[in-house]
Amino acid sequence: MSDLLALINWNIVLAIVTSFIKAFVIVNLLLAAFAYMTLTERKVMGRMQVRYGPNRVGPFGLLQPIADGIKLAFKEDITPSQANIWVHTIAPILSLAPALIIFAVIPIGPSTWVFNQPWTWYIANINVGFLYATAIASLGVYGIVLAGWASNNKYSLLGGLRASAQMISYELAQGLAALTVVVMAGSINLYEIVEQQNRAYIPFGLFPVVGWIAFAVYLVAGIAESNRAPFDLPEAEGELGAGFHTEYSGFKWSMFFMAEYVNMINISALSIVLFLGGWWPAVGLWTGYPGLDGIIGPVIFVLKLAAFMFFFIWLRSTFPRLRYDRLMNLGWKFLFPLALGNLVLTAIIVALWPRGLWPFI
Amino acid sequence: MAYVELKAPPEPAGLIGEIVADMTALAQGMSVTLRHMMQKPVTMQYPEERPNLPDRHRGRHELERHENGLEKCVGCELCALACPAKAIFVEGAENPPEAPFSIGERYAKTYVVNMIRCIFCGFCVEACPTEALQLKRVFELADYSRQSMIYTKDMLLAPAHKKEPEDSWLPG
Repeated sequence: MSDLLALINWNIVLAIVTSFIKAFVIVNLLLAAFAYMTLTERKVMGRMQVRYGPNRVGPFGLLQPIADGIKLAFKEDITPSQANIWVHTIAPILSLAPALIIFAVIPIGPSTWVFNQPWTWYIANINVGFLYATAIASLGVYGIVLAGWASNNKYSLLGGLRASAQMISYELAQGLAALTVVVMAGSINLYEIVEQQNRAYIPFGLFPVVGWIAFAVYLVAGIAESNRAPFDLPEAEGELGAGFHTEYSGFKWSMFFMAEYVNMINISALSIVLFLGGWWPAVGLWTGYPGLDGIIGPVIFVLKLAAFMFFFIWLRSTFPRLRYDRLMNLGWKFLFPLALGNLVLTAIIVALWPRGLWPFI
Repeated sequence: MAYVELKAPPEPAGLIGEIVADMTALAQGMSVTLRHMMQKPVTMQYPEERPNLPDRHRGRHELERHENGLEKCVGCELCALACPAKAIFVEGAENPPEAPFSIGERYAKTYVVNMIRCIFCGFCVEACPTEALQLKRVFELADYSRQSMIYTKDMLLAPAHKKEPEDSWLPG
């Protein structure tokens, strides 16, 4: 027995256990963030429409998400009689699961030492972190398309088709804009990308012209990718009667809702990592104490995330929905060539940049 | 309220000009929502905050009394005739001289307003020759049954004043 115990590498066991705990905490934090995001959205949009948002349940309406959750959990879960039951059930899971697992590779703070043990603010630091995030994000479209198809409803199907067309179109521009950053950083490891911005003393999104364009394209494509207003064509209430989730109710519907908001968080987090220097503080420099930096870093990351979320809400309460052909024109005829040209320009700049000169070290 | 003056945008020059014009338009739109967010919401927090209704608001009916406590209503049924929704039913009767209800010869023996039918047009008030009927500023009229929405005379009558004998100018 003691021989067997000696065979176990306790460091690996510790790492696995830590990862499990981190994954559990992250998933729960994401869902809590989703719940309070719905409240924040309703409150901020309310104020933008010169009214109070929900303020009846608990102090300042703070218990509203809990009330909503209880209501949704107890609602009747209807499956249309002509629907494909299996696909109809799996679709919301396919939509939510990718949204939740993207966050595994997002570093929200610098690696430090806690009680002489290494501590990392990510679950997995894989070398192809950026590829992983992009690949998983594009899996989300299956949930929506299958939901639209399995509902056996023409409006749902139209919503699903719109979603697939929109998400595939905008993925190109988004990927090319993010590649600009990859070219600048010389790495697709997300932690390394943030470190590069830290070393260069300038976030890639603020790098003159090429960075600005890449950031703008990524942001617009990211909003379209997460199906948020003004790009919420797949679920256009006025035209399609909620689109792909017309035939969903109760908990399955709330899973789509969760997926949308968690996707917003993911897009914001990726934008911050790629373009705004991650946990790099926008003002001031590091304290020089790794332990303290390890606490300040995530706080700054969360503040940036909050600013992004506010921006999403702000957009939603300002702009009307795009027409379908204009959406396609914007994606294919404007953002895609712009991102492509920008990528080529960046590649030329980086190739010609003198070695050892700021900011490309 | 802040209104944004709409001007015809100048012809954009070329692709760059078009992009700049579009961006300006987007920023303008977003500044509008941001400005509105800074304003105080116009919502009235109803049960806690009460509306300040105008004096001539047409709400719940009330049958007024004279200063001596006698009813103003003389049971003429003109309000019932004027009512376009046929919500009022009045039954007049001879005023007993020994214990009068109103100052006239007759009084309203029955006075019923069906609040489900009433459209609060105020024609009954206009029709009333003795200014007995008034529409008050009471607006919380919701209830749980149709029966309870039928307001009888004792519900509609204004609360009686303390009858002071020296004030009385009536015979007896």
